Amino acid sequence: MAGSGITVLATDTLINATAADYLMLVIYFGFVVGIGLMAGRQVSGSLDFFLSGRSMPAWVTGLAFISANLGAVEIMGMSASGAEFGIPTVHYFWIGAIPAMLFLGVVMMPFYYGSKVRSVPEFMLRRFGPGAHLVNSLSFAIAQLLIAGINLYLLGSIVHAMLGWPLWVALIVAAAVVLSYITLGGLKAAIYNEVLQFFVIVAALLPLTLLGLHKVGGWNGLKDQLTAAAGKGGAAPAAEQLNSWPGQALSGIDSSVLSVVGIVFGLGFVLSFGYWTTNFVEVQRAMASDSISSARKTPIIGAFPKMFIPFITILPGMLAAVLVTEIAKVKAGGTVPGGSSGSGVTYNDSLLLLMRDLLPNGLLGLAIAGLLAAFMAGMAANISAFNTVLSYDLVGDYLVKGRDDAYYLRVGRIATVGATVIAIFTAGLAANFSNIMTYLQTLFGFFNAPLFATFILGMFWKRMSATAGWVGLVSGTLSAVAVAFLSQDAFGSLSTGTIPVGGQGAAFLAASTAFVVDLVLSVVVSLVTKPKPAAELKGLVYSETPREDLVDAHEASYPWYRRTLPLAGVALVMVIALNAAF
Amino acid sequence: MSTTTNTNGGHTKSGHTAGIFDIRNIIGGLLGIYGVILTLLGVFADPQEDKTGGVNANLWAGIALLVAGAIFIAWAKLRPVVVPDEVEHEDEPAHMDAH
Repeated sequence: MAGSGITVLATDTLINATAADYLMLVIYFGFVVGIGLMAGRQVSGSLDFFLSGRSMPAWVTGLAFISANLGAVEIMGMSASGAEFGIPTVHYFWIGAIPAMLFLGVVMMPFYYGSKVRSVPEFMLRRFGPGAHLVNSLSFAIAQLLIAGINLYLLGSIVHAMLGWPLWVALIVAAAVVLSYITLGGLKAAIYNEVLQFFVIVAALLPLTLLGLHKVGGWNGLKDQLTAAAGKGGAAPAAEQLNSWPGQALSGIDSSVLSVVGIVFGLGFVLSFGYWTTNFVEVQRAMASDSISSARKTPIIGAFPKMFIPFITILPGMLAAVLVTEIAKVKAGGTVPGGSSGSGVTYNDSLLLLMRDLLPNGLLGLAIAGLLAAFMAGMAANISAFNTVLSYDLVGDYLVKGRDDAYYLRVGRIATVGATVIAIFTAGLAANFSNIMTYLQTLFGFFNAPLFATFILGMFWKRMSATAGWVGLVSGTLSAVAVAFLSQDAFGSLSTGTIPVGGQGAAFLAASTAFVVDLVLSVVVSLVTKPKPAAELKGLVYSETPREDLVDAHEASYPWYRRTLPLAGVALVMVIALNAAF
Repeated sequence: MSTTTNTNGGHTKSGHTAGIFDIRNIIGGLLGIYGVILTLLGVFADPQEDKTGGVNANLWAGIALLVAGAIFIAWAKLRPVVVPDEVEHEDEPAHMDAH
């Protein structure tokens, strides 16, 4: 399956790296493994390994929060989407991330951190009992393995493009590096590497973007060249590529009104709230912080750099579409052989090819280090969240109960090895999908959209019963799968096309359906089943939790820029301004 | 490395600074090393201006990285993280205040 890349000869590499570039890479890997060793010396128990002892300051967890997501999807996927659709891709950030991150910090984090649960599924267990917990833990664990595989696949394809190694060799080597630092240092090593990765990726992508803009003649030069090339061979018209709204090309919905509704409700509300507020990969970073105040500020501090990431991911994609001849040809409807996959240049190659064309040796090595760092960190985040859920939620709660802490620490380390091996195989699976974004969005629609409905209802409606918890999740997920099968292309050739929506629009629709089905069935089932006794809901449901448990007593004494609500307000104003500007 | 430092808005804790293990020193170190290499390449190697469109990209990026690295190391120096000397128990996590 992964063999499609092997056909490219070892001498025929996409990028010509020199000794200076390799030096940059070697230095980075030295730091990564060094952090693993250093963090490993401080790991004394399972809480250290899985939640890094709940000791991180907010700026570290805040950067880790966005870095955990700044993996393959964000960098390659967003630059690919930028090359194909242009500006509307910013919706994934300003509509599809920031509001949900602020909501997580302001509204939901007090319940997660305050209830002292060690994972998001554990919150499910305390609120709804084993049914919903099992559904959540299992679906989460499986999704992480798949996504780790996607990150690994992209990691491997870069090594392949650069060194000409066969894809499978690149996959195994990359997996081994990730494995070494997580098994050594646990979450602390993962978080430290994520923070380091954030700065390396900025140092890599910022010069690339600036050079690209310089070469194309600034923002106006980019606009002129995009306009000249627009509308040919299936590319979207210039107006659609240069304005974020209504974004029909992105959503795949012809009507401009429905396109806006689809983006705001499907992407902005259901998909993004589902992803950012219930995804343990993200929430785990906040749980590792040192106080409830830091935990709440984690996603809010993360929101500030997050809103500017489009300028170093989407913008280079747009630049590649006019500066890189191969990508320009693909956009005009042509085909170009080669590419990182070996089976033709795709939009996913935009960033790599732009690097090849613009960066001098040295800076090129830094850029490659940044990309490898991002994909390793993305995969490490998936695996460190996976091993926590597997050890605490699946093994600890169902398979082998009541063993000592050292036992679960050992399970976690074995799970890390197992997950890495499985990720190598799922990487082969990912190689079969042409548009990685669609594939991921489809997955998130299945797992996360119904989760958000269940969480938010469970946190604010004490009547919601345990049965409603798992019934809502299962029916929501199944309805998303059903919609995906009936759409035009959510499952590629398996989809029947009964519902005339394709592209991202199909993912939005599946997620929205899952959300509504979950909500309706949860209410109906709750009304006919027995609610949990109020005494068991303290810390889990808003009305049953004393107000002082939800806020940090010290926070009132901090200056405004260290308090949760003022920070969230500033972020909200900034993101509204960005939306208005583009 | 054993010092007594006041970092936490009034009350004094006894301990040592995290020193080289402070994440800010690690970030500063990596960016600084990259800055040195790129600056040297910018000065001595071929700037490949046909690629960059007439800019000595390595030199400029190198200088920017040196500045960024220095800021992180200065931050860590001015506001050190204090690690308590005694090993704290797991359910009472050590409070690291790095603001």
